[in-house]
Amino acid sequence: MNVIVCLKQVPDTETQIKIAPDGKSIVTDDIKWVMNPYDEYGVEEALRLKEKFGGEVTVVSLGPKRVTESIRTALAMGADKGILISDDALEGSDSLATAKALAAAIKDLDYDLIFTGQRGVDDDMGVVGASLAEFLDVPQFSVIVKVEVAEDGKSVKAHRPVEGQVLVVESSLPALITTQKGLNEPRYATLPGIMKAKKKPFEEKTLADLGLDPAKVGEGGRKVKILELTPPPKRGEGKIIEGETPQEKAAELAKLLHEEAKVF
Amino acid sequence: MNFDLTEEHKMIRDMCRSFSQEIIFPRAEEIERTGEYPYDIISQMAELGMMGIPISEQYGGSGGDWLGMHLCIEEISRGDPTFGALLDVTTSVVAQALAVFGTEDQKRKWLIPIAKGEEIGAFGLTEPDAGSDAASIRTRAILDGNEWVVNGTKQFVTNIGLDNASIIIIAAVTKKPVKGRGRISTFVVPKDSPGFVLGKRYEKIGWHGSATHEVIFDNCRIPEDNLLGDSAKGFAQHLSVLQTGRISIAAMAVGAAQACLDESLRYAGERVQFGKPILSFQAIQFKLADMSVAIELARNQYLKAAWLKDQGRKHSFEATVAKLFASEMLEKVASDAVQIHGGYGYMAEYPVSRYYRGAKVLQIVEGTSEVMRIILARELAQGTP
Ligand SMILES: Cc1cc2nc3c(=O)[nH]c(=O)nc-3n(C[C@H](O)[C@H](O)[C@H](O)COP(=O)(O)OP(=O)(O)OC[C@H]3O[C@@H](n4cnc5c(N)ncnc54)[C@H](O)[C@@H]3O)c2cc1C
Repeated sequence: MNVIVCLKQVPDTETQIKIAPDGKSIVTDDIKWVMNPYDEYGVEEALRLKEKFGGEVTVVSLGPKRVTESIRTALAMGADKGILISDDALEGSDSLATAKALAAAIKDLDYDLIFTGQRGVDDDMGVVGASLAEFLDVPQFSVIVKVEVAEDGKSVKAHRPVEGQVLVVESSLPALITTQKGLNEPRYATLPGIMKAKKKPFEEKTLADLGLDPAKVGEGGRKVKILELTPPPKRGEGKIIEGETPQEKAAELAKLLHEEAKVF
Repeated sequence: MNFDLTEEHKMIRDMCRSFSQEIIFPRAEEIERTGEYPYDIISQMAELGMMGIPISEQYGGSGGDWLGMHLCIEEISRGDPTFGALLDVTTSVVAQALAVFGTEDQKRKWLIPIAKGEEIGAFGLTEPDAGSDAASIRTRAILDGNEWVVNGTKQFVTNIGLDNASIIIIAAVTKKPVKGRGRISTFVVPKDSPGFVLGKRYEKIGWHGSATHEVIFDNCRIPEDNLLGDSAKGFAQHLSVLQTGRISIAAMAVGAAQACLDESLRYAGERVQFGKPILSFQAIQFKLADMSVAIELARNQYLKAAWLKDQGRKHSFEATVAKLFASEMLEKVASDAVQIHGGYGYMAEYPVSRYYRGAKVLQIVEGTSEVMRIILARELAQGTP
């Protein structure tokens, strides 16, 4: 079973995000970059499948050179190979261009399953997985919390939570799955894994290597333009409910929720 | 000059930081309260390879370096310094002693399981009447046929109370002083040797998760081959690995101090008095600023000492500076952290109280602050650095 995991590097969710002077991007100095948490689920699931069925796990990323560090973390966790699509012309690409470039890098690889995160926790678009499946012409399951590959390794059942119920969908392989929280508990990279990560195969690919037109990607090729980024509104001051007894406080709270907050 | 960590170092730091934050920190208060040894966490640390970072792959380690080991000790200590103490003793002291002074057979027998973390090592130098004056130890080892017979008591032994602690490396007198010192040799004593007695478990101010016990050797018999290294250089052998232990103590202090700063910063942002978060008071801000200065300097110093060690260069001055400065800064930082927390900081359920109770010990173990100053003065007299 050969599994591909698409991995995006995103700002650590604990990073204080600042909007850049252009009003359309964020200040990237001093950001701690980490593997997109949804992609960690993908790496973990791929490693579990490898442990059960054998085969290889390949990590594919797109982005600047710093992304190498996140790929190496996946290699330290146990993935076998890394591919980084890196080209100055890709700077500012939208989801569609990203999916196109990923598809170009993946199409000639030998794979049974592809994992992508259901979304990146940076811009929350959630489009790359579906677009990639479309470009590769493979079935796609989105927002999956459980993956069951048949014993013969030929088909897969995937579970998606829907309104408190679970929808189980089945397909032949190859297929693409977008991961949701709850799929698994990603492992820590081990020390021997960390020390060996640098010795594992790692390739860098440019647009020319992939036969892609620089004009169709990057800032210029965007179909979705960012007009403006604004910080979330400041949280208003909290209110402390006064009252002598819990009953009094509850009554006051109910009144405020109704009259002021208008939640019911 | 290059201050960048390598990719491997960053991965070690990040992995250990996540593990410490997600697995150790949430359990630390309970471990401190119950004093139950956290075997489940210790075995997870072993599976991740933390006990063998600087040991070669051939002997069960990961073939990393001492800088990586100490980044691990710092991060793990941030969650709970007692786990840093465990790593310090089993890896920096015991595994290193076996790796440097052990024969091939000894390494196969003891180093491999210890580097893998399947077994935990302890060391015993201190005795009831020999602390700072470690050369005055009285534990005796006498060769009887092809066995050494050991008699004596070691006290305050870290790790030895753990069920999976397998050996203790001890210093014992093998030739009585006629004039001057006599001869001290190093031995590996397996815990299951006849005459090995695990003594009382100490009640400590803090560090309740650390398994500190007394050890008594009552006509304890070990094979002749359990002599480690050069029989005439036992004392020097102990001192050489304890030099690395000093870097480890510094890394532990930095981890604990960083946790104190993290907790204080968070608390000061949340605690409101006089209608404002206490973080807005300059008196609190200055404490936090001073904490960050002390931590930054101590961290740079232990990293420098570890780096020098990895380069195979002399680092006794740097390691001693790191140990002395970091352990003393921790006491101040932990005290200020409690101060910032006010009365809550004195309560057991607030993490800063645990770091505070655990702070003092780092100025005592593996050489007191006074001993560190004696060593530094001696180095200065010799013209170092
Ligand atoms: C929790 C804990 C864990 C420990 N783990 C271990 C372990 O695993 N293995 C081990 O072998 N030991 C261990 N120790 C022992 C520790 O290393 C000793 O306690 C330490 O070396 C000090 O020795 P002492 O307690 O006998 O104090 P003493 O040497 O009696 O010192 C008392 C005081 O006198 C000062 N002093 C002594 N001599 C001088 C001098 N010449 N000039 C100025 N001041 C001086 C000291 O600095 C100190 O302030 C542990 C101790 C503790 C508390």
